[in-house]
This record gives sequence, structure tokens and C-alpha cells, in this order.
Amino acid sequence: MSELVALDAVSVHFPAGGGGWFGGPKRVLRAAERVTFSIERGETLALVGESGSGKSTLGNVVAGLQVPTEGTMRFHNRPMDKDTWKAARRAIQIVFQDPFGALDPRMPVSAIIAEPLLIQGSTSAAGRRERAADLIEQVGLPRDALNRYPHEFSGGQRQRIAIARALAPRPELIVADEPLSALDVSIQSQVLNLMKELQEQHGLSYLFISHDLAVVNHLVDRVAVLYLGRLVEIGGREDLFAHPSHPYTQALLNSVPRIGHKRARGQTIKGEMPSPLNPPPGCVFHPRCPKAADICRTEVPALLPTGRGGHDAACHFRE
Amino acid sequence: MSRTEVAVSPGRLRWRRFLRHRAGVSSLAVLAALILFALSAFVMRRFGFDPDATDLFARFDPPSRLHWLGTDEAGRDELIRLMVGGQMSLLVGLLATCIGGVVGLIIGVCAGYFGGRLDAVLMRFTDGMIALPLLPLLIVLGAVDLTKLGFSREFAHSGAAGFWRIIVIIAIVDWTAIARLVRAATIAIKERDFVRAARASGAGPAYVMVSHVLPNVATPIIVAFTLTVGRVILFESVLSFLGFGIVPPTPSWGNMLNNAQELVTSAPALAIYPGLLIFVTVIAVNFLGDGLQHAFDPRSER
Repeated sequence: MSELVALDAVSVHFPAGGGGWFGGPKRVLRAAERVTFSIERGETLALVGESGSGKSTLGNVVAGLQVPTEGTMRFHNRPMDKDTWKAARRAIQIVFQDPFGALDPRMPVSAIIAEPLLIQGSTSAAGRRERAADLIEQVGLPRDALNRYPHEFSGGQRQRIAIARALAPRPELIVADEPLSALDVSIQSQVLNLMKELQEQHGLSYLFISHDLAVVNHLVDRVAVLYLGRLVEIGGREDLFAHPSHPYTQALLNSVPRIGHKRARGQTIKGEMPSPLNPPPGCVFHPRCPKAADICRTEVPALLPTGRGGHDAACHFRE
Repeated sequence: MSRTEVAVSPGRLRWRRFLRHRAGVSSLAVLAALILFALSAFVMRRFGFDPDATDLFARFDPPSRLHWLGTDEAGRDELIRLMVGGQMSLLVGLLATCIGGVVGLIIGVCAGYFGGRLDAVLMRFTDGMIALPLLPLLIVLGAVDLTKLGFSREFAHSGAAGFWRIIVIIAIVDWTAIARLVRAATIAIKERDFVRAARASGAGPAYVMVSHVLPNVATPIIVAFTLTVGRVILFESVLSFLGFGIVPPTPSWGNMLNNAQELVTSAPALAIYPGLLIFVTVIAVNFLGDGLQHAFDPRSER
């Protein structure tokens, strides 16, 4: 397999007030801090973590909606410059969480689906309409949906339309930002299966952002776990689920409710995630970590191999 | 393959929706008829009707074969004056509204979309315009000597100068409401996911403004436009009354209505004709606006 997209030590900081004449000290929200990962061609990488862990921010960086404060991104092993972005804007598409906000209510479905082609300006109007008709069938909607408007569709149908739009310019990677979490459970599996089918047909890669580990288990090849904007563990799905190395990942897996299992006491995570405005020193997880020792309060752990192939963790006591 | 299975362009879908709005379509027809009525003055002149020809022996004549709608206080033919006045009033109403609307639209969209310092500058400028007292401003603008601005003497004293003066005055003062409406709506729309999806595909600000922002702010803009057209037609008569803009003997519906005020007991018909035409125009523009709203908003049902 060859590398499609890679982030190299990417940080995203947002100004969070302060500064100026009377604002006091400048405050910085550290949404992502030196995150490195890559996505291979045809593979699905999951970004998991709690709300506020920076998963969507990293998704936006990959989709070109957010310029990283530090660090670089590569596409097909080329650093991102103007020409590379031009190709990447065709090859990387995004599907959002909220199917109601993702489609322009004033546009008919055919125009929505063909929009990326219109923006990139390589297809004639007739060609775009043909492609829209093609895609609407690929995502399992009837052709007469083309001339209707988004408000006439349910959440699951809208998400299919959003997926059709993402497919229009024949992308290589789709950033799926929690595409299922706004849908009913029965619809979730339908959309999930659709995404799987499309991946097989078109050789797509997905960057699948989710907090639902059950869904992740169905779709992905590799998992990257984020905590407070830091990548704490990354590895193959089976390996990571069977042998979680970072205490945060262990706690996260333990928190998944299972029918017939009583949750073991003391293994859930206590407390709240600290504010990304004021992250703790050393390992950011130490205030909630059951294994925390003195070294954790002072030294930032590096992301190092666990000894099992392709499985890295950022913990002084990785297993 | 049946018709519904072929994708139709958004513009054509909107036109189809508009055609289904009966009041909107009939209003369009009424407006077209009014414009035709105003333009037929050119034909009437061919047959010897002159809007400025006075006949002091035939003042306040009732309708006759020679003067179909009678004559006014100077014995001028009322019908041809209504036609010529219609040219002035409709042109002023539509043109000034459109120019003011486009100015407001551009300022509002830019301020809302780019935000930051540009937004601050443009909106403080708008606030400043709102704070200017209208009437003194109009008197100052109306009193500007056009020959000092480099226009020829003939132009400065012609009817065309009065016409353009009025358009410029209205365009200068009448864009603020639309600018604020559009700015607020733009801010609400620019962070929506469908705009971000377009940006992820490489859409620039111009594309987003035209394809996403404008259709989504269409409803408040259309309402503001339709209200403005009627207001501007009446505003023109206020300006004419003060002696700026379109000054008699050149007729406009506004100044004909103003003239007729003093005569309303002796010749009420002279007030009724222009008043009725202004009324019909404003109603037609409002229903046309309804139709356009229906065309742009797929959720409106009727």
C-alpha cells in the first residue's frame, strides 16, 4: 500500500480572547498538538475520542478547511502547495455529521450532487446532470429525487445525498465527520453498509471520525485515539481492541456498555477532560490516569512502538 | 425515461415554481401592461398628443373624444400626461430601487462574509448613513450645481439631469436597510456545513456568495425590494414637491398627485388617476415579490 495523505506534527491553535489593549494575556486554545498520522490508499482510519478531543479539527485540516498552525500535510508524498491543493480538493471530499445543515435548502438535489464538479469547472452542464443521475442510483435513491429539494427527505436519505455529492468528483479519500451519529440506529447500519460497498467499488479511503466504538469496529482498518488534541495511541483495529496499551484507550474500551457484562468498578475514567485552554503539564492524561506517577507530571511521553507491528502509544507505562 | 427522471437546472425549477404562483404571474402581467401603457406615449405623440400643450379654454374638461380622460388645470391632456409620468415614475421606482438594492447587497454580503476589519468599516459607514438627517441632505444634494461638477450647461438644466439627480439621491440614502439585512443573513449562512462542503471542494468567496448566500437571503431581500419600490415612487413626489428631481411641467405620477391635492374638491379625477396607478403598481410589485419568494423558497407551499 502507498501513502495517500499524511499529517506531520500538525498543531492547530485558536486564539481564544485576550490580547489587545485591555484584554489581558492572550489565551490560546490548543485544539490539536503535534499530531502525526498517515492514511494509506484504500484503507479506513478511525479518529476516536471524546467531544473536544480535536477529532473534527483534524478532519477539517485534512479536508482543507483549516490551516494548521504548525506542521505540514502531505498528499501523495508531496507537501501541500497550490498545485497539490488543487488536486487534493478534488481527491479529498467531506461528509458532515448533521444531514440537515449539510445540504443547501434552496438547491435541488441534482445541483447539490453536481456542485463539486461545477466548482472545479471541468464538466459541462449536461455531463454534470448525467453524473448526478448516475450517483443518485449508486447511493440507493430513486431517480426522481433529482428535482426535489432537501426538505423532502429524511435524515438517512439526506446523508445518502451528501455521500453522493462527496463521490461526484471521483475522490480518493472521504473525510467522514461522525456521519452516523445524527441518524437512527436502523438507518446507521444501512448508511454504514453503503459506505462499505462504495469503498469496495471505488477503492476509497476513509478518515472516519467517530466516538462510537461499535461502529468503528465494523468499518475501519486502523484506529487513532485522541485525547485533548494529542494522539495517544494508534494501531490496527484488532490489535488495538484486543491489547489496548494506553490507559486512556483501556478506559475508553471498558466504557462501552455490553449486554450481559457487569461493568468492572474502578475501570471507568473519573472526572472531566481538562480545558484545552489550559492543558496540564507533562502527560495531559495524568490527572485522570490510574497509573499516574511523578514522571507523568513533568515529562511529555513520546509516541513510541509498543512492540506489536504498527501499534504505537504515548505513555511512559505502555503495555 | 419519464420527465421527472431527468435533472433540471435550478433556474428552470424556480421558473416552474413561479409559474405555479397565480398572483405572481398576474402581477407580472399587470406590470408589463403598466410599462406598455407608459411606453405608448411615444405612439400617442405621433398622433399629435402633446403632454405640454396647454389650452386655457379647456381647463378641467370632462372626458371627451378629443381628451379621453379629460384635461387638467392647464387644459393639458390627462391621458398622455399619465403615460409620460408613468415612464418617469416606473423608471425612477425600479431603477433607484435596483441601484440602491445592489449597493446594499454588495456591502452587506462583503461585510458579513469577510467579517473582521472590513465588516467594522462598512457597518460603521452604514450606521453613519442611517444617522444622517434625510431632508437637509436631500436639499443639499438637490442644490448641487451640476456645472461645477463638470457637466455641460445644457445637461444641467435638462429634464434628464433632474431624473438622474433623483436616482442618485435615492440610491445614496436607500441601501442601508438592505445592507444590514443581508449582512445578518450572510453571517448565519457562511458557517453552515453546505458552505464548508463547497469550500472543501475549492469554492472561492464569489462562488459561495452567488450560489449559496444570495438564494438563501432572497426572502428578506425580496420583501425589502418590494416595499422600497412603492416608497421610492412616493418619495419622488416629495422631492418634486420640494423642487428637486422631476419638476413640472415634466409630469410624474408623484407630482401629478401632489398638484391635484389643492384641486381635490373641484377636480377629484385628477388625483384619482395617478393615485390609482401608483396603487396598482405597488400592489403588483408586492405580489410579484410573493411569487419570487415562492420560487426561491422550496419549502413554501400553496
